[in-house]
Amino acid sequence: MADSRRSAPLSWTNKPAAKMSDVVEKTLTALPSLLSLDSQPGSAKLSSSSKLGNLIRGITELTSKHEEEKLIQRELVSIKEQVSSPNTTMRQMKELMVRAIYCESLGYEASFSYIHAIKLAQQGTALEKRVGYLAVSLFLNENHELLLLLVNTVLKDLQSTNLIEVCMALTVVSQMFPKDMIPAILPLVEEKLNHPKEIIRRKAVLALYKFYLIAPNQVQHIHNKFRKALCDKDPGVMTASLHIYLQLIQENPDGYKDLTASFVTILKQVVGGKLPIDFNYHSVPAPWLQIQLLRILSLLGKNDQNASEIMYEILDESLQRAEMNHNITYAILYECVKCVYTIHPKSDLLEKAAKCIGNFVLSQKINLKYLGLKALTYVVQQDPKLALQHQMTIIECLDHSDLIIKRETVELLFRITNAQNVMVIVDKMLEFLRVSPDDYTTIDLTGKVAELAEKYAPDNEWFIETMNTVFSVGGDMMQPDIPNSFLKLLSEGFDGVEEDRKLRLFAVDSYVSLLRGEPGKLPQRFLQVISWVLGEYSHLMEELEPATVLRLLERLLDMKQTSSETKSWVLMAMTKLCEGGASVAVAQQVSETYISSMDTVLRQRAQELQHLSQDSELRARVLPRDADLEPQEVDSSLSFLDGFVSEALAAGAAPYKPPHQRQEELAQAKALSLEPYGLSLPISMASCSIADRQSPTLLSISSGLSGDSTELSHKGGPTTLKLDGVKRVWGREGYLRESVEEVAQVEVPSPLRSPSQQAGADSSHSQTPTPTPDPEQDKQQLASSLFFGLSSQSPMCLMGKPEPTPNRFRRKTKGQGSSSSATGQTPSPLSSSPSTVDDLLGDDLLDSSIPSEPSVSSSTITLELSQGFTATAHGPCDVEAELADSDVKESNPSPSEDDGLVAADPAPHEDPDRPEDPCLSSHLPAELCEHGHSEITPLCTNQSLELSACHVQKEDSLVFVIFICNSSAIQQIQLELHSEHLEVSCVSDSPEVDVSSHSVTVYQYSLTVKRPSVHVEVAGMVSYQLCDGTPQNLQFSYKLPLTSFIRPLTVSTEEYGTMWLDFCHDTKQNLTLISDGEEPLTATLNVLKRKLQLGVVEVIGMEGILACQLLKDQPCLMHCRVHAGLLAVWLRSPVPDLPDCLIYHCQRALQGD
Amino acid sequence: MSACLSNQVFEAWCWFGWWLISSERNTVLLFKLEVTTCFLFSLLNRSKGGFFKPEMQFMLLFSRQGKLRLQKWYVPLSDKEKKKITRELVQTILARKPKMCSFLEWRDLKIVYKRYASLYFCCAIEDQDNELITLEIIHRYVELLDKYFGSVCELDIIFNFEKAYFILDEFLLGGEAQETSKKNVLKAIEQADLLQEPRHEYFNVPVY
Repeated sequence: MADSRRSAPLSWTNKPAAKMSDVVEKTLTALPSLLSLDSQPGSAKLSSSSKLGNLIRGITELTSKHEEEKLIQRELVSIKEQVSSPNTTMRQMKELMVRAIYCESLGYEASFSYIHAIKLAQQGTALEKRVGYLAVSLFLNENHELLLLLVNTVLKDLQSTNLIEVCMALTVVSQMFPKDMIPAILPLVEEKLNHPKEIIRRKAVLALYKFYLIAPNQVQHIHNKFRKALCDKDPGVMTASLHIYLQLIQENPDGYKDLTASFVTILKQVVGGKLPIDFNYHSVPAPWLQIQLLRILSLLGKNDQNASEIMYEILDESLQRAEMNHNITYAILYECVKCVYTIHPKSDLLEKAAKCIGNFVLSQKINLKYLGLKALTYVVQQDPKLALQHQMTIIECLDHSDLIIKRETVELLFRITNAQNVMVIVDKMLEFLRVSPDDYTTIDLTGKVAELAEKYAPDNEWFIETMNTVFSVGGDMMQPDIPNSFLKLLSEGFDGVEEDRKLRLFAVDSYVSLLRGEPGKLPQRFLQVISWVLGEYSHLMEELEPATVLRLLERLLDMKQTSSETKSWVLMAMTKLCEGGASVAVAQQVSETYISSMDTVLRQRAQELQHLSQDSELRARVLPRDADLEPQEVDSSLSFLDGFVSEALAAGAAPYKPPHQRQEELAQAKALSLEPYGLSLPISMASCSIADRQSPTLLSISSGLSGDSTELSHKGGPTTLKLDGVKRVWGREGYLRESVEEVAQVEVPSPLRSPSQQAGADSSHSQTPTPTPDPEQDKQQLASSLFFGLSSQSPMCLMGKPEPTPNRFRRKTKGQGSSSSATGQTPSPLSSSPSTVDDLLGDDLLDSSIPSEPSVSSSTITLELSQGFTATAHGPCDVEAELADSDVKESNPSPSEDDGLVAADPAPHEDPDRPEDPCLSSHLPAELCEHGHSEITPLCTNQSLELSACHVQKEDSLVFVIFICNSSAIQQIQLELHSEHLEVSCVSDSPEVDVSSHSVTVYQYSLTVKRPSVHVEVAGMVSYQLCDGTPQNLQFSYKLPLTSFIRPLTVSTEEYGTMWLDFCHDTKQNLTLISDGEEPLTATLNVLKRKLQLGVVEVIGMEGILACQLLKDQPCLMHCRVHAGLLAVWLRSPVPDLPDCLIYHCQRALQGD
Repeated sequence: MSACLSNQVFEAWCWFGWWLISSERNTVLLFKLEVTTCFLFSLLNRSKGGFFKPEMQFMLLFSRQGKLRLQKWYVPLSDKEKKKITRELVQTILARKPKMCSFLEWRDLKIVYKRYASLYFCCAIEDQDNELITLEIIHRYVELLDKYFGSVCELDIIFNFEKAYFILDEFLLGGEAQETSKKNVLKAIEQADLLQEPRHEYFNVPVY
């Protein structure tokens, strides 16, 4: 049944187009019958007897999908059997591979054959190899791991003397090649640029182009070779090199301005027909080459008058030479027009280009019409009058049966929108939205409508109604920032208090009626917006009872399709509204339903609702009505938990590791060795990377970089596209800015407005245009309303609205920055996730310092915790020496002065409360005096003994000094120190020395850190005997911050680099930047340097690297980067816990306490 | 000027990043991500201009019955995605009327298709690309097939699909027009075909 169709030749179905290919048609009309196919010239032999032929025939005879599947499975089993048989020759293998390709293309997996395809490419002779390579390129994509096995084959073939084999290798390389392996074959491919054969040079250029795309830095060093390719005597090679140049120039147009004249010359030669006739396509000389050149020229001429001037002549010639007779000339013309409108403008060229566009738009051929509209969209902002010329065509296109024409027209209208025609255009856009089946279009268009509505809304009613439509049509697909910025607009207001009130009132009114209707049909996002607005503003409508609103909202909760996210928005709104007896009753009822919900968020909301509805005073404080929208201070660094964290760390809790680090450690634990065992490649990867280490040519970073960037492009792709329309519209670089202003100027309605026309205008502006008997007149009216404001010369424009409509929302949007970008910066009143609501609530509670409500918020509990922490007693003997570095005397205090002072006031210390520093410091050994010492703090006292201590930070050690003053005669004083964090070794005399009465003995200990902790502690015990021989002891402890052990580490950047890699413990955090006049990074690093003694290794731009060591010789490296107003810090060290402790101190140091 | 500068900065940073990179793959990747975050913008800007995408993303040939005859993907996609795309596109295109536009907006791509007898040729390009020239690429491919097979019909492509792929690879490489001269393409294909001829004969010689 399908056979009759299959035997038909591929002939033109499109009659007008057929004229352009008489040659083809003639050949095609010679209908070859199925039987005669075998005698066809060429190698198009229908191998009717072959196995593949049988298979294909078998499949076409089948009627059901099920039978097909059975047949293919059988086939696959047989293929599998044969490919793995050792007796299969390569020739048979080739045949099998073709069958495997066939099965795969039918959608059945034949992954077992992949490896055999690679084998075939490797071992087969030329033709078998060709099939092998083909199979590889069809089976695998460039990320497939099996491709690595192909590298050696490719290498061998690149070195082959057989040109066909070299060609095959280059072809497969330009289609897919593992990025990491590029260095292995790069020299061979480069070599081919000098090959005598044109086809090899061309393929080599394209292979390099491919490398450039996937790993741009790998081929950076051969840019000059690209120039050689550009000058190649063969046009094919030159054309191939243009692909690379297009990319290069796209990235950096300024780097290639010198080539402008060359490109122009090439184009001149091409247009002048200087190329061999082979390159003609339907008697047009090398159209692909022309288009490529025009693209390059438009990039070079953009915003560059000098470069543009070189091009004018050839552009003019191109515009003239392209006679309108074939698609291909239209294709060139289109590119030409785009170029003319992109480069620095020249009036007569623009005129010609405009005429061209006109021809496109007016063409009967639908493809050309489409392209015309596309071109018009592209140029319309520079030349709004052009749209005016074609207004009737545009109106016709709006009603075109083909959606894509409609879509492009809508896009065009979007670009010409102004305050006068916004209502009609938005109406048209919404109309299209309702019929568009495509999600992508819906997302794009809803964004655009919302943008226009915000920008040009003529009045409140229209704005709210339009947004209602956007929300209901856009549904849950639209970009989340649309509802966000809408709510922001509502809450922040724009013009004046009264206007704001009216807008909100209208919104409330419209939502109440929506809810009274059929709320079940509304999308979730819209319901969320509605509940927020009703919660905030329904009180504005005095005649509306809160209880009524609550009941309406309650209906939402009962609907089956309401998502739990929406439900929590609804509950939130109810919390704001429950006032007065009736509503409290409703609230109670609702909260009881949801208080036992399985969803924790809902349960939380229900709890809030329950408690706040009972306590109206509390509610008024937590959710003040008309609260000014000062951004709530949110402590995002959670610094109030610092105490808790350090407690926990001190108590031995494992430091927090961010998920990525945990994963990394996990991965490291079971990672395979990636080191090669031996190198079989001519260029070993290892040597390559070593070379790179010394040279900044970034040869090998590139692969990784481009790896990242591919990811980016995948992720960024849709986003960029979405932004595209929004961004491009009102601020594309170039001349558009001027033209926008121009539009703004002509917006002012002309006073020459005749009263008779007014009626027409008014009716056309009403949302539902009154149907007129004459359809032509109808279109005229539509045109007048659509194109109103585009040009003051047009009679159509006289029919405008008399009063200039202010762009009501524009002012506000300007002040706030564009609505989409603003959301990121200022905290939006509401974000789509209810968790933010939670935070706001929590903060409210904290601010008003309500005694902890058991149910309300987790933040309250935190409050308790932090209070608890500060109140925790450390024991009577504990000395807090937190962050004592600030107390350490910065510059060495002159000891002589101290000495002199103390000399007059000898030992005995009666008063334990008195700071003992001045007297005790005199006892500090001289060699320590030159270093700064911390405040001398009393450790413990009793009637007979007084212990004080301080620590001295020497460059290479930390000395802990204990002063013992005994006021009565005691003997055999023994001092024992122990610490779980520290290694304690005695520096000075034996600790068993007797302390004579009324004297001060000084003990020195050197401390080193065993196990880092935020604060380290030394505990000790003094035991002594009183005169009567009774043994006594006294316990004490001394706490000092880890920072006392930190010293700067001097390393070079190179050393830093190698060290960084060896260290396995790391932590990352964002810290606040300090900005006191200086450049924030420098200021911050200076603080860190001063307070924590970190050594700055190097600062480049917004990044800096610092190094320090924990005594002794336990380095810790820090990498910081300014990002989004924060300092992203990454610490690494071989010592576990050290990065975490250090980050804590960095945080403290930067907070300034 | 500023682009130049930013390129230099970019390089400097790459260089700096290098010091901090090791051979431990996992760490390297993570760190590169970190170091390179500041280049995100420059990279994004690049990808905006279709930096990482070839001009053509894929080409499909399918029959009026919706049977896929040929498929060539120039962007790496998973099999599942490929199947989904194919199914959706075949459905959409077959539903279109003959007089309709040859272009189609689909997801974020532009689809250019044309029907020749019972076969649909369909290419995906990006929105900013030139649809007409893509249409002509399709046409040139059909011409090439026609010349090679001599009045090509769908059966030729069904039974000799590997040849059709060879021709396509010689014409379009990695999604870009490689050689637009009909003569040159066919010359290359014929040369490769000739390689087998002597072997062919050799194998066909009956053994006595």
